[in-house]
Amino acid sequence: MYRHKATISGWGCYPVTSSYLIRPERIQDLKAVEGPVIARGYGKSYGDASLNTDRNVLLMERMNCFLSFDEHTGVLKAEAGTSLDKILTTFIPRGWFIPVTPGTKFVTLGGCFAADVHGKNHHVDGSFSKFVKEIDLLLADGRTVTCSPQENADLFWATAGGMGLTGIITTITIQLMTIETAYMTVRNYPAKNLSEVMAILDNPKRQDKYSVAWIDCQSTGEFLGRGIVMNGHHAVHEELPDSIDNPFKIKPRGMISIPFNFPSCTLNPWSINGFNSLYYNSQVKKKTSYTIDYDRYFYPLDAIANWNRFYGKRGFIQYQFVVPENDAETAIRKILMQLSAQSLSPFLAVLKKFGPENPAPLSFPHSGYTLALDIPIKNNKFFEQIDQLDEIVLNYNGRIYLAKDSRTKPANFRTMYPRFLQWKKVKTQIDPNQIFSSDLSQRLEITK
Amino acid sequence: MKNGVLILGATSSIAREVALQLAEKGYPLFLASRDEENLKRFAADIAIRHHVDVKYGTFDAEDIHSHAQFLERVIQKMNGLEGVVVAFGESPNQKNSNQDFEVALKTININFVGAASILTYVANYLENQRSGFILGITSVAGDRGRQANYVYGAAKSGITTFLQGLRARLYPSGVRVLTVKPGYVDTAMTYGKPGIFLVATPEYVGKKIVNALIHSREQIYVPWFWRPIMWIIKNIPETIFKRLKI
Repeated sequence: MYRHKATISGWGCYPVTSSYLIRPERIQDLKAVEGPVIARGYGKSYGDASLNTDRNVLLMERMNCFLSFDEHTGVLKAEAGTSLDKILTTFIPRGWFIPVTPGTKFVTLGGCFAADVHGKNHHVDGSFSKFVKEIDLLLADGRTVTCSPQENADLFWATAGGMGLTGIITTITIQLMTIETAYMTVRNYPAKNLSEVMAILDNPKRQDKYSVAWIDCQSTGEFLGRGIVMNGHHAVHEELPDSIDNPFKIKPRGMISIPFNFPSCTLNPWSINGFNSLYYNSQVKKKTSYTIDYDRYFYPLDAIANWNRFYGKRGFIQYQFVVPENDAETAIRKILMQLSAQSLSPFLAVLKKFGPENPAPLSFPHSGYTLALDIPIKNNKFFEQIDQLDEIVLNYNGRIYLAKDSRTKPANFRTMYPRFLQWKKVKTQIDPNQIFSSDLSQRLEITK
Repeated sequence: MKNGVLILGATSSIAREVALQLAEKGYPLFLASRDEENLKRFAADIAIRHHVDVKYGTFDAEDIHSHAQFLERVIQKMNGLEGVVVAFGESPNQKNSNQDFEVALKTININFVGAASILTYVANYLENQRSGFILGITSVAGDRGRQANYVYGAAKSGITTFLQGLRARLYPSGVRVLTVKPGYVDTAMTYGKPGIFLVATPEYVGKKIVNALIHSREQIYVPWFWRPIMWIIKNIPETIFKRLKI
């Protein structure tokens, strides 16, 4: 198939390398694709998971058809390149929603499954793969097999969170969930330090299945980890204000686009501090519960196309880790103090609680707390400093999220994911020649 | 209930977007092309998204003897037609056409002969019905013969002229004819190829086309800036043009 060389990166704009891009229009065309290859959806993983330097990258975006939908059960079968955006626009007016959604709707179904993404409801509902009934997977030997938790279960779970390394996901069958309105009822709970934040996250009101906290990384001392917990649920009819006459219609948002990379100095400790104070003060003011549409609630940053360019040419990393519940507070405290000791200023910090892990060996979430930090890349010492964060995470038996990673070491990865060997067994069996590989799999020595 | 629209060459990226736009406006569709597997997925997708009836079947532009019967069958299945979109086409490598007339002949047969053939039957049906529309997708390549793609250009230019004649002939019967000249569109044909510039997305092009149809336009360039670009290209004197490597 026709391929051309181009420079690409993940969402973090680091690393930037060149790969051969192939963009098939149809699933039948996939058989002609030669390895080593990795599938790429909308390129929203932050690091090097969808890169394949000097090798093939398969763009899945044109394989985006809905194949079947059952109006009674809400089961949707679609090609893997279908975006969540398309699903939402089509099915929200009919009263259906995606049961697990990440913080952007510009991602593909295949990408969501391959990274086994989670949402603000992980503590209640688990991760994305839980709602996937079935996938079709094109294997290295050219066969397409259907996998589900019942059929070819090992392969199904190796592919959930498997970062595209088991084969090419061609179709996904997913269970949608019913909603009464396209709106959310949200309440903010300000918390003056980390313990308070965690206590509120730990104990949300029953109906609030979405729960997430924004943390102000600039605060220190007794206010370390101050933040705002935002709890919410899908609004029912009675909760909508009279001003909304169509419960499934929302006000469209204007799209802003960042046309170029901002200078790297845009985000400095002062501007970051300023932004965080502004945000804190604006959110603290909202004392009672309020109604907000799903788009502004789940996808606030989607209104700014290419917001990653704020971080400038050097890019940024999103350091996301999870640590088990017991020592979570100590671990997170250490990480926050370490960041401030190294004068690394995360622009955004988001904390949430996870529920138990699932059978997928490489799936990221496990019981405990997860913190995601957007940190602009600085000088040469930057990556050494981040390695020190890994040490803390490892000490507390935590792990980092592969979909956001561009820098961890192979040994760290193996300690963080103790079920890796179980996964590797499946990989060796179905892809002995390592047709499916990426910069991530090379860096972590998952493939050679 | 609206009457249906037949889309020929429905698996091209532009046609798919046109089909989606028409379905959104409530038109039942019949999708046709050579690629049945692909038709199946597009038909499912459009039907799920827009809650309209979408049928499909194979159509071979080169097999002109099947055209009359094909159209009859579609009209029967759809209980009548409101309009027909002619979107099929094939753009060969010009160098191959230079060496081998068989390649050129295929280009002419698909882009001109096949289109003229099915359009003849469509025109007669709509003229008889005294309403409806024809939407023909040609190309900016038909505006002037360039050494880089003159066989394709000649065939597209031919069908543009054919549509002009049809427009005048069908005007008294209240049948509208819209000619669309797209520039470069982001399709498998253009993706990643060198020398391709000002590429428009199929979504954009599809929207503009259906917009033009609703507003009863006669001929459009999509995106719009190809009109001035082609005006310049058409007005370059031949003595200069023949020396240009375009």
